[in-house]
Amino acid sequence: MEFFERFAIPHPSPAIYASMVAIALTTIAVVVGLTYFKKWGYLWREWLTTVDHKKIGIMYMISALLMLFRGGADALMMRAQTAVPENTLLDAQHYNEIFTTHGVVMIIFMAMAFIIALMNFVIPLQIGARDVAFPRLNALSFWLYFMGAMLLNISFVIGGSPSSGWTSYFPLAGNELSPSVGTNYYMLALQISGLGTLITGINFIVTILKMRAPGMTLMKMPMFTWAGLITNVIIVFAFPVLTVALAMGTMDRLFATNFFTTTDGGMDMLWANLFWVWGHPEVYILILPAFGIYSEIIPTFARRNLYGYTTMVVSMVVISLLSFVVWVHHFFTMGQGALVNSIFSITTMAIAVPTGIKIFNWLFTMWKGKIQFTVPMLYSLGFIPIFTIGGVTGVMLGMASADYQYHNTMFLVAHFHLVIIPGVVFAMIAGLTYWWPKMFGFMLNERIGKWGFWFIAGGTVLAFFPMFISGLDGQARRMYTYSEGTGFGIWNMLSFVGAIGLAIGFALLVYNIYYSTRYASRDIGDDPWNARSLEWATHNPVPEYNFAITPQVNSSEAFWDAKKRGHKLFKAGYKDIHMPNNSGIPFIMSVFFFIFGFAFIFSMWITVIVSLIAILACMTYRSFEKDDGYHITAEELKKAESELRGAK
Amino acid sequence: MKELFPAKHVSGFVFSLILTGVALLVYFMDMSFAVGMTILVITAFAQATLQLVVFMHAGESSDKRSIYISVIYGIVIAILTVLGTLLAMIWGYV
Repeated sequence: MEFFERFAIPHPSPAIYASMVAIALTTIAVVVGLTYFKKWGYLWREWLTTVDHKKIGIMYMISALLMLFRGGADALMMRAQTAVPENTLLDAQHYNEIFTTHGVVMIIFMAMAFIIALMNFVIPLQIGARDVAFPRLNALSFWLYFMGAMLLNISFVIGGSPSSGWTSYFPLAGNELSPSVGTNYYMLALQISGLGTLITGINFIVTILKMRAPGMTLMKMPMFTWAGLITNVIIVFAFPVLTVALAMGTMDRLFATNFFTTTDGGMDMLWANLFWVWGHPEVYILILPAFGIYSEIIPTFARRNLYGYTTMVVSMVVISLLSFVVWVHHFFTMGQGALVNSIFSITTMAIAVPTGIKIFNWLFTMWKGKIQFTVPMLYSLGFIPIFTIGGVTGVMLGMASADYQYHNTMFLVAHFHLVIIPGVVFAMIAGLTYWWPKMFGFMLNERIGKWGFWFIAGGTVLAFFPMFISGLDGQARRMYTYSEGTGFGIWNMLSFVGAIGLAIGFALLVYNIYYSTRYASRDIGDDPWNARSLEWATHNPVPEYNFAITPQVNSSEAFWDAKKRGHKLFKAGYKDIHMPNNSGIPFIMSVFFFIFGFAFIFSMWITVIVSLIAILACMTYRSFEKDDGYHITAEELKKAESELRGAK
Repeated sequence: MKELFPAKHVSGFVFSLILTGVALLVYFMDMSFAVGMTILVITAFAQATLQLVVFMHAGESSDKRSIYISVIYGIVIAILTVLGTLLAMIWGYV
């Protein structure tokens, strides 16, 4: 009986039982639906086994949107709980679990997935490649991420969610203070999806360095590809630190080692240190692709080329280097001396310089441009002021002595939401709207999109600006309730209203996808935005081989040159194209990783060993497998191309 | 004869064995902590360089510049991380 007790929820509530029922019903509905419509084969052939970077990108995107709603539901519950003083909607433990999973889900499983989704879909197209360098590894990356995400998401119905914050600081996250399996879920889920992210990082560095179209030197790459390259370099250098920290944390919890304990020579703050050695570069992993997206969208809709291409590249390189030398600013109040804090204070403020350069470059790009207020452009325009406010409050937090006042208050919460939401979420919605016709061959409705923008931008401002005030008044973050006498009530109520605005905005986004899928015109041509970079030189939606003929590139805006300056993109004739075969191995291997993770969390060692053997068997099978891919012949290509053109 | 006997790789292999042997001495011989760690750090870096150059063929392809730049970038990041951690956790902790 003791064996099964571990799977029970330590703090059950009606909401959790309701979600158990909801999960069961959804699973049954999905299985029945797939069987009834005979879609199992389709699902397996077209999606589960695919190695096509475009389909993997779309799967990342769908997962990211799902996770956005999971994390968003957490956020709404948090705001509802704190909307009025001494609220009893949630108890303390439930609130702890919710802010923990909100952070983990939003950063690791929503934002990371969203940037990787767009990198997957766009970068090979922007550099004129057929796919990423290692298509099958790419599929493995996705499935590892997906299984990691699912593992964390079942925690709240089996065994209990992690509840020590998304930073999971020891000793709070240790066995003594977090006795449930929640933190094991955190460690293993992040470990598995982190593996996927690391593989993605290597894959994209190789792709960008080795597979660019002829003529595309590094300094002629589109800005989003540059951002992707720098991001992946940061991923490769930062993620191993998280891997090591998680492994040490897991051993502390399961094998009674003493890395982060307060006794027997352990250093509890070493976890915070290692976590932020990864964690600070991580925020630049999130923001740089967003910068890249804005650098694509702003020139397109301002009808001017990007101002200061070289300074954009240099500032990103400087940001990537500086991002590794600022992490101590996350724990200025730990107790280290003034010298240490001063050093990291200065490096922190230095980051504002390259970021400021980028902001000014975007402003100069728009200067005297003919701005079109499309949905992607609205998000880019909304990003600049809100992000700047979020950014300069970051500089305030970066002043070590002043940070003793702000640390761990709602002021900090306001700061990082006001950089991450306009930085990442706005960019992702903007990029999604911008590249949507590339993915699906029709455009999202502009009118609904604009309504969505105003709800999301207004909601963001209303939800987070009041936190600056309540934070300076002394409201600590992560407190599940407060007394009426504090006077925080009004600010939290305003935040709650803003959160509802955000929820309406995201609902409008989903409605827009539904509405446009049903009613939008499919007759939009290959270049609906009058865009500038190479990905628009192929068809909408993109055929599986991307470009029928490998393009010749002469500048970072090769497609614009082809339209306006008579540059010839496609010189050679049709040639046979070598394509990779689909494979079920990445999916199957990741399922074993899921089982491995689950068994590890509950210390079921026999299952752990069996699933590890299965994972090794998958790798061995792959090593001896002879798979030479297949060819699309020149005749097939010619036929497909003339059909694609005839349809237009 | 040169094609039949890959002198560079054999000597590289022998040298890497010697480095491993020297590192093992730290465990078997009686020496102070500081001396032992110094030997380990030096042999570890020599071993890594040797593997990278001789067996992983860094510097043999046309893009050796970007390979060396990324290796140096990695070393810089590693050193900054380790020194920064020591600074925050031990040296600067009062």
